[in-house]
Amino acid sequence: MPDSILTVSDLTVVKGKRAILEKISFEIKAGETLAIIGPNGAGKTTLFRAILGLIPFSGKVVWKKGIKIGYVPQKLFIDADFPLTTREFLRLKDKETLKIKDALEAVGIPMDKNLLNNRLSDLSGGELQRVLIAWSLLGDPQVLLFDEPTAGVDVVGEGTIYSMLEKLRVKKNLTILLISHELDILRKYVTQVLCLNKEMVCFGLPKDMDKNVMNKLFGEEVRYYEHQHKF
Amino acid sequence: MNISTSFNPWFLILVGSFVAGACAYVGSLMVLKRMSLVGDALSHVALPGMAIAISIGISPILGAFTALTIVIIGIWYLEETSDTYPEALVGIFFTASLALGLLLTKESDLLEALFGSLDKLDFAEGLITIAISVAAIMIATFLYNKVIISIIAPELAKVSRINVKLVNLAYLLLVGTIVSLGVRFVGTLLMGALVIVPAVSARNVTKTITGYLWFSAIFGVVSAAAGIFAAAKMSLPVGAMVVLTSMVIYVLSYLYHHLRK
Repeated sequence: MPDSILTVSDLTVVKGKRAILEKISFEIKAGETLAIIGPNGAGKTTLFRAILGLIPFSGKVVWKKGIKIGYVPQKLFIDADFPLTTREFLRLKDKETLKIKDALEAVGIPMDKNLLNNRLSDLSGGELQRVLIAWSLLGDPQVLLFDEPTAGVDVVGEGTIYSMLEKLRVKKNLTILLISHELDILRKYVTQVLCLNKEMVCFGLPKDMDKNVMNKLFGEEVRYYEHQHKF
Repeated sequence: MNISTSFNPWFLILVGSFVAGACAYVGSLMVLKRMSLVGDALSHVALPGMAIAISIGISPILGAFTALTIVIIGIWYLEETSDTYPEALVGIFFTASLALGLLLTKESDLLEALFGSLDKLDFAEGLITIAISVAAIMIATFLYNKVIISIIAPELAKVSRINVKLVNLAYLLLVGTIVSLGVRFVGTLLMGALVIVPAVSARNVTKTITGYLWFSAIFGVVSAAAGIFAAAKMSLPVGAMVVLTSMVIYVLSYLYHHLRK
């Protein structure tokens, strides 16, 4: 049996008088990929923040001892002309050029590319996402947490990012937790699914998350490929 | 206000350059934090401190520094513990300080506090000012990594075990320090220019963070040196000349930015 990486039991987060998350329990083992899915406002990001210890909660969150966690945020707060190049951004985390090169290669960005000298704010959604992943890889994490890895990326890019994550998981022996609203695209990559909405919570294998469960979760017919991304 | 002829203008240019360089360097992070006007508003907080210092005969820089430190810790504490928006908090403290400052400052000293009093700077005070400016730049260099991560990705900063609250406090205190040096030069009303204008100009000429920090500092130094020199030559107010020089640099940087596009 692989080690347990994270055990969450009866996790409850209350904001004001409203419970955003109530008695959530699940367990992730080494090498697994967990997708947390649910409609907007279901508390997916709150769950991440709680297990990262960024907000107060009740219940238990137990990480494997000494584990290194990499976190990839959904977006950065940068203005259009924020003076920070990709290279400088990565160097904020680690100054070793060789490590930066490795991390970039792992996400499919060659070191000599102009991209490194471009401002972070000039990157496309997909490029920025890769750079953010490279940033988190610089800390040699054993677990990666992604908040909507494909937000701001077009449909083709989404598939590419998920397959890249899968390759990384195998190559670097990672455990991955990700937030998403598009189970169908990532179904083949995940080993566990945690679904959240205000009324229900379920935890199980991707094959158990059929159309009925999804309809119940999102409260309507889910059309994965029809919604449009606006930029 | 005007440089007295008895004082060595080269010494003033030297001290002024260090102060303006430090103000611009530290202030450039303020601009990235979208807190440009906080730096400006904080300078008004210096007024009651300077008034009290002048009336009891100690250095106005010390008075300004004390007042700023008290207010910054107050703002920081309220920011962490109450729901009020930080800019609104600064607004409250700054108007209250200005009112208090106007009551406490003798009319004869008021112009000096509002527009600077470079000519009263003695040699020892000048040397201390240079030392503090250098220290401020060093501390800012040490902090800037952490400040930038907490600006662009606050959660990433927390996950990377950066104590964002502490970094914010340290940075604000640093701003307080450079503002207390700067108000002596250009006065409370024009202080904002030393913090904001060089940074905005630097942003026009570079896309790297290293370039941005150094161009900010260089533009600050050039503004001070050229401004004080011109003020001495033409017997004009120092603060106004320094600020107008920085505006000229800004216009040039703007033209450069647009012509290059």
